[in-house]
Amino acid sequence: MGKRIAKEVSIAIAEAVKQCKVDVIAAYPITPQTHIVEHLSELVASGELDAEYVTVESEHSAMSACLGSVATGARTFTSTSAQGLALMHEILFIAPALRLPVVMVVANRALSAPISIWNDHSDIMAERDIGWIQTFAENGQEAVDLVYHAFRVAEDRRVMFPFIVNIDGFNLSHMIEPIELPDQELVDQYLPPFKPKYKLDPRKPISMGPVGIPEIYIEAKKAQDEAFKNAYKVVVKAWDEFERIFGRRYNPVETYRMEDAEVALLIMGSLAETAMTAVDKMREAGKKVGLVRIRLWRPFPLKDFVKAVKGVKMLAVIDRALSIGATGGPVAVEARSALYQVPGRPRVVNFIAGLGGRDVTVEDFEEMADKAYFYMKKKPKEPYEMIGVKE
Amino acid sequence: MIEVRLHGRGGQGAVTSAELIAVAAINQGKYAQAFPSFGPERRGAPVMAFVRVSEDPIRTREKIYAPDVILVLDPSLPAIVKVTAGLKESGLVIVNSNKDEKTLREMLGGWQGKLAVVDATKIALEELGLPITNTTMLGAFLKATGLVDRDYLEEALTERFGRLAEKNKKAMARAVKETKIY
Repeated sequence: MGKRIAKEVSIAIAEAVKQCKVDVIAAYPITPQTHIVEHLSELVASGELDAEYVTVESEHSAMSACLGSVATGARTFTSTSAQGLALMHEILFIAPALRLPVVMVVANRALSAPISIWNDHSDIMAERDIGWIQTFAENGQEAVDLVYHAFRVAEDRRVMFPFIVNIDGFNLSHMIEPIELPDQELVDQYLPPFKPKYKLDPRKPISMGPVGIPEIYIEAKKAQDEAFKNAYKVVVKAWDEFERIFGRRYNPVETYRMEDAEVALLIMGSLAETAMTAVDKMREAGKKVGLVRIRLWRPFPLKDFVKAVKGVKMLAVIDRALSIGATGGPVAVEARSALYQVPGRPRVVNFIAGLGGRDVTVEDFEEMADKAYFYMKKKPKEPYEMIGVKE
Repeated sequence: MIEVRLHGRGGQGAVTSAELIAVAAINQGKYAQAFPSFGPERRGAPVMAFVRVSEDPIRTREKIYAPDVILVLDPSLPAIVKVTAGLKESGLVIVNSNKDEKTLREMLGGWQGKLAVVDATKIALEELGLPITNTTMLGAFLKATGLVDRDYLEEALTERFGRLAEKNKKAMARAVKETKIY
């Protein structure tokens, strides 16, 4: 196996992308994604990575270049954050409909205004419905491992969908921590060359992206939706295979100390690690609190999720994004909808925390669990509440 | 778990120091996290960096609020920044200064706890020809905490600085000798 080394997570991600032998990278730098693409451009410039690095004038162009690239059968990577992701929005919808498996790492950051370069999930939640497969990383090792997994799943002929790996900006992207980069041989074993069935080739011309008249549009979308649901099986199989080759196990939904739990916290991303520490403390104090982490956000792993929260009385969903005017944060709305038809379902309370880089501490998680206990007896007045607001 | 906060000025290498401590700790089999204070930093302005070192896997992403060790790279900072903020009573302040113990304790807001002092600016000017004190202060850190092994720290310096590593190791070695612990 590879050696355990100290690496900044962004640099480790770039090294993993190199190990995936990408052909094309098209990206525009934006904080806090910058170190990922900066290191990739160095690897290309030094000849360590035999790829084209396309410098573009905007994220809209970056994503456009990526689609053109992957359509010719080139393995393609990009990365962005916040406003950069928002600027890609128009093109993001096109990739899955054309079945173009670009892989992108999003270093999650708050959307303006006020201007914020710091971490939350508002950028990616605004792109919830674009039809890309989406995972969330909890730590540096997972960020790297999810990159290998993303290419493997996206380019699988049964899938052929673009893939976003979400990592928390700064909280993960700028952290130096122990990471094991696997030997190249194992990556090669895990990730076969990209061989799409159809590609743009002047010798065998085809059209991609023609107009969808009313007589076929809905059928095209139905086909896309069905294919996307079927991607779930490949996502999980690729994690089985990952475990076999690299020895680390990943699941669509993970649980922590959920045996006999009355209250469960639910969160996505790197703050789950802080939440685990809080759960340990509360368990020591005799409170029956557990933790559920969603790793696969799209396609939403409905069955895994329902199984994970079975028997819980109160589910406290912690959203890292605000959905203004809605009945809760995006994760809570998803959770409530997923549970509505389930007999004996847990009640759901929703907390919005850690917006725009505000720290979420162990004490904050304890407070949220305590509130969840309180709301078991007394129904909350509002469908969600924000944590840590200075009055 | 030991939590360290570093204070420096933009350009003095506080973030590099934090990184080198983490690299040394991880290479000797421990667990560590190193991170900058997230956000835009300016050359010359007060900056902070953070390190956690533990025997067990670190499972928190909180900021550091109650550090065990404070490492001050710039002698002018204690007068303008409350560098002891949040420091545990049992904690340790390691500071670059040419002041005597009494003056220094006053500058540190009457800090009564453990204190380690070295004139790192003088050493850095003599050994490196530059007032960049980050590697010199790692010598003081080694002497005062013993949190990482010297061999691993020197290896991390070699990896990071290449042909400039020898000079920096010399500055670090002098700081190990010249650091006074009160």
